[in-house]
This record gives sequence, structure tokens and C-alpha cells, in this order.
Amino acid sequence: MNALTYPPHARTYRYDEIDREFLQERIAEFRGQVERRLKGELTEDEFKPLRLMNGLYLQLHAYMLRIAIPYGLLNSAQLRQLGRIARRWDRGFGHFTTRQNIQFNWTRLEDVPAMLEALAEVDMHAIQTSGNCIRNTTTDEYAGASPDEVVDPRVYAEILRQWSTLHPEFTWLPRKFKIAITGSPHDRVAAQVHDVGVLAKRNARGEVGFEVYAGGGLGRTPIIARKLRDWVPEAEFLAYMEAVLRVYNALGQRDNIYKARIKILVRDLGAEFTQMVEREYERMPRDKYRLDPEIVAAIGAHFAPPPFAALQDQPLPEDREFRAWAAASIRAHKQPGYASVTISLKPIGGIPGDASADQMEAVADLAERHSFGEIRVTHVQNLVLPHVRQEDLFTLWQGLRAAGLATPNIGLISDIIACPGMDYCALATARSIPIAQQISERFADLDRQHAIGECFINISGCINACGHHHVAHIGILGVDKRGEEVYQITLGGSATNDASIGELIGPAFSYDTIVDAVETLIATYVAHRTAGERFIDTYRRLGAAPFKEALYAPA
Amino acid sequence: MPLLEDGRLRPDDWTSIEDEAPLPEGPAIVSLARLRAEADALAGRNAPLGVALSPETQPEEVAPFLDRLALVAVCLPKSKDGRAFTQIRALREHHGFTGEIRATGHVLPDQYAMLLRCGVTTVEVPESTDPATWTRSRDTIRIAYQAAQSADRPLSLLRRKLELA
Ligand code: HEM
Ligand code: SF4
Repeated sequence: MNALTYPPHARTYRYDEIDREFLQERIAEFRGQVERRLKGELTEDEFKPLRLMNGLYLQLHAYMLRIAIPYGLLNSAQLRQLGRIARRWDRGFGHFTTRQNIQFNWTRLEDVPAMLEALAEVDMHAIQTSGNCIRNTTTDEYAGASPDEVVDPRVYAEILRQWSTLHPEFTWLPRKFKIAITGSPHDRVAAQVHDVGVLAKRNARGEVGFEVYAGGGLGRTPIIARKLRDWVPEAEFLAYMEAVLRVYNALGQRDNIYKARIKILVRDLGAEFTQMVEREYERMPRDKYRLDPEIVAAIGAHFAPPPFAALQDQPLPEDREFRAWAAASIRAHKQPGYASVTISLKPIGGIPGDASADQMEAVADLAERHSFGEIRVTHVQNLVLPHVRQEDLFTLWQGLRAAGLATPNIGLISDIIACPGMDYCALATARSIPIAQQISERFADLDRQHAIGECFINISGCINACGHHHVAHIGILGVDKRGEEVYQITLGGSATNDASIGELIGPAFSYDTIVDAVETLIATYVAHRTAGERFIDTYRRLGAAPFKEALYAPA
Repeated sequence: MPLLEDGRLRPDDWTSIEDEAPLPEGPAIVSLARLRAEADALAGRNAPLGVALSPETQPEEVAPFLDRLALVAVCLPKSKDGRAFTQIRALREHHGFTGEIRATGHVLPDQYAMLLRCGVTTVEVPESTDPATWTRSRDTIRIAYQAAQSADRPLSLLRRKLELA
């Protein structure tokens, strides 16, 4: 397969011969490394960071291959190929992650070269999806479609992707490094809990510049990022990123893995960190790192608007079930007559983020028919068809329903983020997937979910917080207490503009009582809410007291 | 230990000197502490002088002495510890150092190309090393997506063709 069979209007970055040559060279390099490992020329300690930088993790039961979906953007040919890989080399499933990537949890080491070749056929790879390097940049799943967008973040996410690929200075950092970028004033990428968060914006003259944050993160020490600068001009974007990474690479802690993220350095140095970055930025030969407007334009051309038809907004069909789905799944589009559609990968009782090979193929087909062949992966582990004609929505819904992909629960209580937890992860201290499944089943009644309204539940199976529990309205963290899995609850977290870290509400609950506890929290919210209030609003207004009392008061 | 330069092994004619030990005749590498303490005496010697930086050292600290130095050695205590990459780049880019920069410690062949791109001259390698492993690794990936200290040939967009051999 090659670019010729790509859907013509899908706006993903299109590889040319140079990019393909690079990818082939990279695969050749990894093949050589595997051979040296097998011959004993590399120790496992030496080999490990090399395999991690190619996306290969050792999990509880098997290897996991994590594949990069650059800033969550896929075309239908790529998604179809992922389905093929799932069927051929995994157990017929793939798992979409909160970093907008996909993981295959049942990978055999000997299959990896063939899987990488299959990925390369559609210009995909697993480079830098793990390891202490700059990881996949994440961005807004509604990029290029959202009415509130000021700057198209995909252009700069692609520039960051290229710049960070095998960066000679920043491939052996103290720890992994994650960048998120958004181009709309409403932060949908959790910019402030990333190593670097970037808000692309425009000044009065319409020029593009960037507000830059650093040192946010979750994990065992959740921290909201520090703002470094209100405005970095477009031409200096890479220079400024270099400056941040240089300071981190030189000074980040290396002797303690739990203190090695940039957030610890920024927290410890405070304003001095900003000054050091500024000083580095001032003295570097900036011409050398200048981002030419011609390059921005050439990369930007890959993301030009697809050929939208001139349409009018129109009313939706009356069908009640369709309306319920539409209410949860459809989002306004900047182009009249179009809408963005979120596809839930959270069927009631299912594994959050899992999609079968058949489902991937079904979505690829539907994307070709209804969305210029374009698909996005969201950081809450769902998929998006960005550009759907409103007149096609009913047909699309029927197609999704046939594939088991029309659960109308986007943004509702069963739209849960859960990390793999004890079911797959070697670091887990508790199960997280079964908790998500039980909560989803408990609230299976969709009318009830709609009545409860927007509520985010995130679940992590250990303190590393891959499930982002700190930034959930209701966060659940599984820990091990003398051999028993118990679950702590945090309330009031948020990952958007008003980013906040949830607060621990009290003693943990057992595996058997945690779902009841969630039910109690919801009942308390419903009893206290005023009209139009979401769970988080009620919590912020009343504080923890009523929730605590409901959970812990003697019956 | 032998040195790797331009993909070939060559003997090391430098000697690393302990802080208390007397200085030999030929090329000598001293610590930054000794360089600071004995700057004038060391400058008066009639042989090339080098300094070994620890990974914590900020390159500014050695800047005042660079015009007297023919060699700066940096160290990767473990192959995962990449502070040296930033030191090397800073020595070249900020301080215009044109002498030999030598990477020591636990360096992998897989890091050779990146070290060269940051500005390294030589790598200290174990006796038994097969230089072919290093050159193969250096020459496998010949396209890069960002500016560095090496003289690359620009291609379209951010890309460039590496000419490290
Ligand atoms: C099963 C294999 C996995 C392992 C061994 C693993 C391991 C870890 C570890 C050790 C951390 C903490 C790193 C630190 O703070 O320095 C972490 C953080 C994180 N992981 Fe995972 N993880 C796994 C799977 C996942 C999955 C499936 C996702 C996405 C759904 C994910 C998303 C994240 C995110 C977003 C963080 C970030 C927290 C932050 O940036 O502060 N991980 N992971
Ligand atoms: S939070 Fe813990 S259990 Fe869950 S995936 Fe991350 S490391 Fe594994």
C-alpha cells in the first residue's frame, strides 16, 4: 500500500520519499539492534532503552507494541491497516490510549519486525512512543473543525514531531517528555498537566505565537504547570523549545526515577527555571533554529481544509434514539452544514478504548463515506470523525450502530478513562478495567446518565496515574493495602483551562464497595445540585463536606 | 583504551592525571578543580592540555580556560545519562570551542551519530571494540529533522541529509 491508495482529501501529514527513506533506515537500525541483542553484543540493560524508543514494552503476559498516532490523526487506510495488524498479530483488538496512540497488548517479539513493516506501508511507526525522549505530541481532536479554533495546532504538532524525531541532544533525557498543544482558547488537551503545554494564539496583527507552560504532570506528584512565557513568536518556536529542553537535560534529576520529570525541576527552581530558559534562549544563535514561514506554509498545506460543500445548517431527524445519540456525540463545526462526531469506545460493560479489527474497518469505511477519510483519536480514548455533513448524520449513526459503536454516552458517567491496570500492566497495584466495567454497568440506563449530565470518572491501577485520575471529577486510584486491592477517591479534578488536581476525600474503599461509593457520590450531587450544575460545579460550590458525610457517616 | 575517530580506531596519546599526581611531559588531561587551582602553572607547560568534565559541570564553568585547552573530555556514566550531549553542544555552540571533544564512559555505538551531530570528535571505546559496529550504526540513518552542529546538507522542510562519514 502507498499514498496513492490514501483517501485523497484526508488531511494527515503525507510522507514523501525523504520521510519514507528515513523510516526504512530507522527500521533497519532497530533490526540491527535486535540482532546485536540476540548475539549478546548488547546487554538487556543496554537494549532496553533502544527497544523502548521503538515502542516495545514488556508487560505482565506479553510484549506490548505502542504505535504512534501523531497528534491523534489517522486516515482510513491507516486505520484499516491497524485493523489488519490487530487481526493478524494480536487477538483481534487494539487499545487506544490517552496519549492518542494505539497499543497491541499481545505482541510476540518475533513478530515485531513484520508489524513495523506493515506499519511502514502506511507511513506509520512506533518511534519514541516510550523511553526517555520526546514522545508523541498530543493535540485537540477537533483541530481544523472546531468553531472556536484560532490557530490550527496540527501544523505545529507536526513541526514538533519532525523536530523531536531522533533529536541528537534530547534522546537521552532524565525521563520521558510529553508536549501538548492547543490552538483554541478552550483547552481540550490538558496543556497544564504536561511537561510542556503550548497554547497557540494570534496577536492583534494576526500573527501566530505561543503561550508556553512547563512542568505540569500527573503521576505520583501531580503538579499544575508554570507559565514560562505569554508569547513566543512563531519563528522562534523551535528555538524556545530547544532552550527548555536544554535546561532540563542539563539539570533534571537522574538518580531518582520518581524525581526525574521536568515538573520536579520546575517546582524546585520556580522562577529561576524560567530565567534559565530565557537566558539560554537569549544567547543561542537563533538564526540557526529559526522556523521559516515557508516551512510553516509547506507543512501547513498538508492540513488545508478539505473541499467542503456549500451547505446550510439543518434540523436533525426526529427519531428519538437517534436524537439521544446525537445529543451526546455531535459537536458544532466551523463549516455550515457540517458536524464533528465522537464515536464512543466505551460500550456499557466494555473495556475503555478497545476496538476490534472489525470495528476499525467499519470506522475506516464510514470515515471514507462521510468524513473525507479522516479519523481522530481523542485523549479520552474515543474516536472522532471530524467533518461529517449534517444530512449524513442519520446514515452514519445507523452504520455505527451496526458496528456496535453508537453508545450515546460521550461526556457522561460511563465515558470512563481507565488504564490497563492489573489486567496487563506489570506495575499495577490493582485492577482498573473491571472497575470501569462495573461502574458502566451500574449506570447502564442511558436516560439516567443523561439526567446525571457531564461527569468524568478516571481510573488508574497505580500511583503512576496513566488513567489521569487526578484530573477527573471523580478520580479512582487502585492501591495495594497489605495484599488487598483498595480504591481511593479524589474529587474535583479538572484538565481544562481551570485545571485542578482532585482532592482525596477519605479512606479507601474495597473492590466490592467502590461502585457503591460512586453511586453515593452521584446521589449526593443530584440531591444538592441547582439547575444546570454539573457534578464539578456542585462540588466546587459545596466543597467536600456533604460528599464526605454521605460516604463515611455511620449508617 | 583506544579511541574512535572518523570511524577508525587509533591509540590515545593523552594521559589522564589524578589531582595529586605530578604532571608528565606529554599531553595531559586534568580535572576542572585542578585546572582552576593551577591554571597558570598548567598554562606554562610545553605540552597540550585537556580537562575532564563531570556530567554535573556546566560548560560555562570551563569557558574561561578554553583558549588554553586542546581537549575537553565529557562522560556518560551510564549510556542512558545524556547530559554530555548538552555539554558538547554548548561547548561548540556557545563557547566556540574548536579542539577535540572526547566522549568517555559507557557509550553505545547507537549513540555515535548523535554524539557526532552534537559536536564530538572522539569516543573512548573498550579494547575489543569492532569499529565496524560503530560505523554501521553511524551510517544507518542518514536523514535528520533538526539543526545540529554537524555540517548537514539541507533538504526540503526541516530535513537534512547527514554527512557524518
Ligand atoms: C501497561 C503498560 C504501561 C506502563 C508500564 C506504564 C508506565 C507508566 C509510568 C511508570 C508512568 C509514570 C511516569 C512518570 O511520572 O515519570 C506513566 C505515566 C503515564 N502513562 Fe503509562 N504506563 C502504561 C500504560 C499506559 C497507557 C495504556 C496509557 C494511556 C491510556 C498511559 C498513559 C500514561 C500517561 C498519560 C502518563 C502520564 C502521567 C504524566 O505525564 O504525568 N500509560 N506510565
Ligand atoms: S497507572 Fe499504573 S497500573 Fe495503570 S497503566 Fe500506568 S503504570 Fe500501569
